[in-house]
Amino acid sequence: MEAVTDNLDLYWSGFLRSLGICLWAMVGSLALGTVIAACRVSPVPALQGFGAAWVTLLRNCPLTVVLFFVAFGLPELGINASYYVFGVGALILYTSAFVCEALRAGINSVSAGQAEAARAIGLTFTQSLSTVVLPQAFRSSVPPVGSVIIAMFKNSAVVGAFGVGRDLYSLSERLTSSQGLSFIPVLTGVAIGYLVITLSAGAILALVERKVAIAR
Amino acid sequence: MSTSVLYDAPGPRARRRSRIGTAIALLVLGTLVMLAVLRLVDRGQFDYELWAPWIDPSTDEFPLVWGLVGDGLRATLVAAALAIAFSLVVGVALGTARMMLGRAGRVPVIAFIELFRGLPVVITLVIVWRFFEELDLDISALPGEDGLWYVVIGLTLYNSVIIAEILRAGVASLPRGQGEAAMAVGMTRWQVMRTVLLPQAFRVMLPALVSQLVVILKDTSLAALLAFYTELLRRGNLIAQNLDNPIQSLFVVGSIFILINYALSRVAVWLERRLSRSRGSDAAVKAAEQAVPAT
Repeated sequence: MEAVTDNLDLYWSGFLRSLGICLWAMVGSLALGTVIAACRVSPVPALQGFGAAWVTLLRNCPLTVVLFFVAFGLPELGINASYYVFGVGALILYTSAFVCEALRAGINSVSAGQAEAARAIGLTFTQSLSTVVLPQAFRSSVPPVGSVIIAMFKNSAVVGAFGVGRDLYSLSERLTSSQGLSFIPVLTGVAIGYLVITLSAGAILALVERKVAIAR
Repeated sequence: MSTSVLYDAPGPRARRRSRIGTAIALLVLGTLVMLAVLRLVDRGQFDYELWAPWIDPSTDEFPLVWGLVGDGLRATLVAAALAIAFSLVVGVALGTARMMLGRAGRVPVIAFIELFRGLPVVITLVIVWRFFEELDLDISALPGEDGLWYVVIGLTLYNSVIIAEILRAGVASLPRGQGEAAMAVGMTRWQVMRTVLLPQAFRVMLPALVSQLVVILKDTSLAALLAFYTELLRRGNLIAQNLDNPIQSLFVVGSIFILINYALSRVAVWLERRLSRSRGSDAAVKAAEQAVPAT
């Protein structure tokens, strides 16, 4: 366990770096996923088709392929950035498809009678959408969107394995290759770091779920 | 056009607005696609030399690259098939153990499940790979190369605990009376589990299980990232390095992955429709969504 205790500061900075990847990717994929979900439920067929194609392509493609496409394909087109930016970008693209589907399920789970009732008491389309349908849709979307985000936190390790440098995963490579430490204790420390992130995300999610739970 | 809870079936005015919206959306999307295509043309990405090895059978490379891709695809499918088979066996064993063991016996099973559910799959793969290499364990007696078994064992560890949780959610979604009735006619707990609860849980959870198979197939490509097994993506990457055409090669490899996984997803949807017609499994499917990670 000396490998971990002697390098606590390295682990701490790696942990913060991994957490940073997670948070950027979470914000980005929630924003992009919401836009794609809006396309999928819009009355305009062209946007519906665009949303459906987006989801089908990204959901069936491994994250690794998306990552390689972004990191090796974009430089061919003259778009250059660090592996960190490419990694977070690929994670956002990939996760947006799952966030979109979770949100769409939430919107579709609002019973049609709710919208009808809103219109019956004279609310306009925009009013019924913003005050009746969407608040309910967001509340019922919290558990599935939360699972997607936790899965994304775990997928952030893929970005680390791609070599973004100084995050939890890259740290294990560095400690073992430069200091000649044994892999098993080093990896145990890394695994604990990821467990802390995913388990606390799960606990926060459970708390949010309880707060927004709809009484049935 | 599909209708949604958000709006009524469109009348004449809404239809006109929707047509205008479609025109604008097509214009914007078309412009974006055109800009991307122009950029690709500009950078010479549509040059014949870059695509020829993939599309022109008269070139020398054509049979070679497709032969290599075939090898990669076979390697991916073999790894996925083995990981699926082992995950199902171990998953059923773990799920059953968690449901049937006493309080003390259950603790290690729960700890095992929670540990591998919380770890990223790529970390699990690295741990397995390094563990075998570090301890110099000899797995050459097993058929196939060592890398194949690192993938299979890693994916089995990660996915079996998820399958165990899917089954547990399935059993929990059954009416209590199912088990009670079986006990009442004198069956043992093990008989109840094996002949009454598990078969029903499997049926209810079949769509969730098939979705998990898609995840296993996608996750085999992580081996390419760690470079210890030459499956489809790594094979495509090696071809791209030799021919210096990453966009074209990744396009082909990505399309193959999308086609296979899309076909599997359609099977899941078809199963879901078939099963939900015969019985209400909504609650169970919701429970499964809670139990499994979504990607």
